[in-house]
Amino acid sequence: MASVSINSVTKNFDAIKAVDRMALDIADGEFFVMLGPSGAGKTTTLRLIAGLEQPDDGAVLLDGEDVTTVPAAHRDCAFVFQQYSLYPHLTVYDNIAFPLRSPLRRHTPADIDARVQEVAKLLHIQSKLHRKATALSGGEMQRVAIGRALVRRPKVFLMDEPLSSLDAKLREELRVELRRIQKSTGSTVLYVTHDQVEATTMADRIAILEDGRIRQVGKPEEIYRDPSCLAVALRLGAPAINVLPAEWFEGVVPARARHVAIRPEDVEVTADTGDGTFAVVECSLVKHLIVAERNDVDVRARFVADQPIPTGSRVTLKFPPSRCLFFDEAGNRIRTA
Amino acid sequence: MVAAGSIVGAHKCEPPRRWPGDANAALVNDPVFLLLHRCADRRGFVLHCRQASAGLIVAEIQIKNLHKRFTDFTAVQNSSLVLEDGKFIVLLGPSGCGKTTTLRMIAGLEYPTSGQILLDGEDVTYKRPRERDIAMVFQLFALYPHMGVRANLEFPLRNEGLTRKEIDRRVSEVAGTLRIEHLLDQRVGGLAGGDRQRVALGRAIVREPKAFLMDEPLGTLDAEFREVMCVELRKLHDRLATTTVFVTHDQNEAMALADYIIVMNKGEILQADDPEGIYNFPSCMFVASFIGRPAMNLLPVASGVAVGDTSLRFGSATVAIPAMRAAAEHAVLGVRPEHIDLLPAGQGVQARVNYCEYFGSHWVVDLESPLGTLKAVAPKDLIPVQGEAVGLRLHTERLVLFDSKSELLLASDSTVQHRSGMRNG
Repeated sequence: MASVSINSVTKNFDAIKAVDRMALDIADGEFFVMLGPSGAGKTTTLRLIAGLEQPDDGAVLLDGEDVTTVPAAHRDCAFVFQQYSLYPHLTVYDNIAFPLRSPLRRHTPADIDARVQEVAKLLHIQSKLHRKATALSGGEMQRVAIGRALVRRPKVFLMDEPLSSLDAKLREELRVELRRIQKSTGSTVLYVTHDQVEATTMADRIAILEDGRIRQVGKPEEIYRDPSCLAVALRLGAPAINVLPAEWFEGVVPARARHVAIRPEDVEVTADTGDGTFAVVECSLVKHLIVAERNDVDVRARFVADQPIPTGSRVTLKFPPSRCLFFDEAGNRIRTA
Repeated sequence: MVAAGSIVGAHKCEPPRRWPGDANAALVNDPVFLLLHRCADRRGFVLHCRQASAGLIVAEIQIKNLHKRFTDFTAVQNSSLVLEDGKFIVLLGPSGCGKTTTLRMIAGLEYPTSGQILLDGEDVTYKRPRERDIAMVFQLFALYPHMGVRANLEFPLRNEGLTRKEIDRRVSEVAGTLRIEHLLDQRVGGLAGGDRQRVALGRAIVREPKAFLMDEPLGTLDAEFREVMCVELRKLHDRLATTTVFVTHDQNEAMALADYIIVMNKGEILQADDPEGIYNFPSCMFVASFIGRPAMNLLPVASGVAVGDTSLRFGSATVAIPAMRAAAEHAVLGVRPEHIDLLPAGQGVQARVNYCEYFGSHWVVDLESPLGTLKAVAPKDLIPVQGEAVGLRLHTERLVLFDSKSELLLASDSTVQHRSGMRNG
């Protein structure tokens, strides 16, 4: 396993700056997640590290060694894609063994067998080894695709939304499983996703990307609790953080503050007053969410309750000042003492 | 022509084999109808599903005993549904459950092996798609890569004899709805995945068709935009009153969009209900574990349950339940992770933390307890520690029980209350 560094890497596609002077240091054995919307440059960054793209500027380092000009085949990175690309005519066993049978690698059949069995055990697919790849379910196929990456024991795993084509239940299972495999093998994983749940539940550290740039890097709890700017605050958390006008908070807000943000779970809902200042727009027991409105501003609150509050009825919402985050016009955080 | 709201035809169908295991037999054995009819302003169809005993049946589209076999695989069996009246209907189920096949049969892209589809009382089972007044929106939209965004959006309107002004109005309206105004003059080839989907969805809605049959149109969008699109689709539906049958495997989409959800598995309809009913009173263990994330804990009860029981024993622990109205030799207790409170050790049911996952707004904690291994939701400020001893309190009124043999919901005071509430509402 290895550490990964990128130093001030830039990549342009014609007029589009896909990656803009990006710098990252990922430690050996770290599960590192890059989170961002589509078009943020996540996949391009991954492809730059794999050697599938050449940077216009900057350097890529694997284990401290500059590999910027090294071809992809010699970088020893294993890529897992969103769409499992298995060989449909081969069995699960042969699919997993395939990378080891490359003449470049010169593994003995006994060695190959031992490695395939080990990986199959780790992924709980021992019983499926002799099935055709196409006879598997989606989750099993993705596990085989991960197995094919694992069996090579590469320096770094690069995963590009490997779970996003699976249904919710499988995603949930594989999330826990991927994390378990990563910890037990001590692998370095660079994981790209737009799903913030995958990010907070799996990552040791998260980088929030936007427009080809890193907005913030840190542990999931740090980024969630202490976002550096409004864009980051909005990126992490579902439902998204409430952004409210500063006029609602007269006397509490710092002078330059334009936006006051508060997490839905920090909003206090009082339902029984009957003459509250907010009108209920939506109340869902299923989503544990109440949306209420005042002066055309929607406020979302996490609301785990037994009975829904009828649409149109009035509620009182409280925003504890200690839970509020303040941002200026440009969306930069204003920290209070 | 028949005015909206009047009865044009009612069809009794065989009930699906597995319908809610409610002790209330009249409801259990009722056929379910999926019904499509024209709305009052005649601009579109609206869909609705209901049980026959629940009230009137206005049939514009009916699906009767629909069966579809692909060589040795039965995709849809004995589906009987009626849709009606101003609703957004979601067909929800895992891949391979028959939801897409059902949709394709309504659209006319597949012919059923047996059974009937009636449109306006007329048998259209074997009619061609374009002879039906329904528009289908596919899972994977194809865009013309050599055209710009604007040209792609205009394309479906070109043969409709609209004025230039009208075309421009519609394109800019759709672009505004989908927030793609800034992309109008770009080429499709250079767009990111999410933007392409937006353009594709725009191309579908720009036609203002009479009915949408949508097959996972949001499947490839990123999470944030999927949520935005859910709201947009719902608003669009409210505004245009365009009939929408929406197929998805994503329960969040279903819960956000649907007036009624039809849960399917293995070609069968398991439950048709509003989102609250499906969430609180799942008809069977499959629906219980399919809806809600993290999934409902299903905990086998060592002894059976008898009518009138108000508590269960798990070894040394006792759990209070709503008074039972049905009995079972072997039962399974269903409890949602969000209906378990974590208490300090020494209070409630004793348990130990296996591992925990961080979600920002809350933690999901995996626990070992006398009830079995289960998951609970904890607030973000409470930081659970692996291996730590904690106490559990279960919300009694939210507990449900299933017969472990039939896997169907067992009636209790709270399920009966829910059913009677549904009939009055």
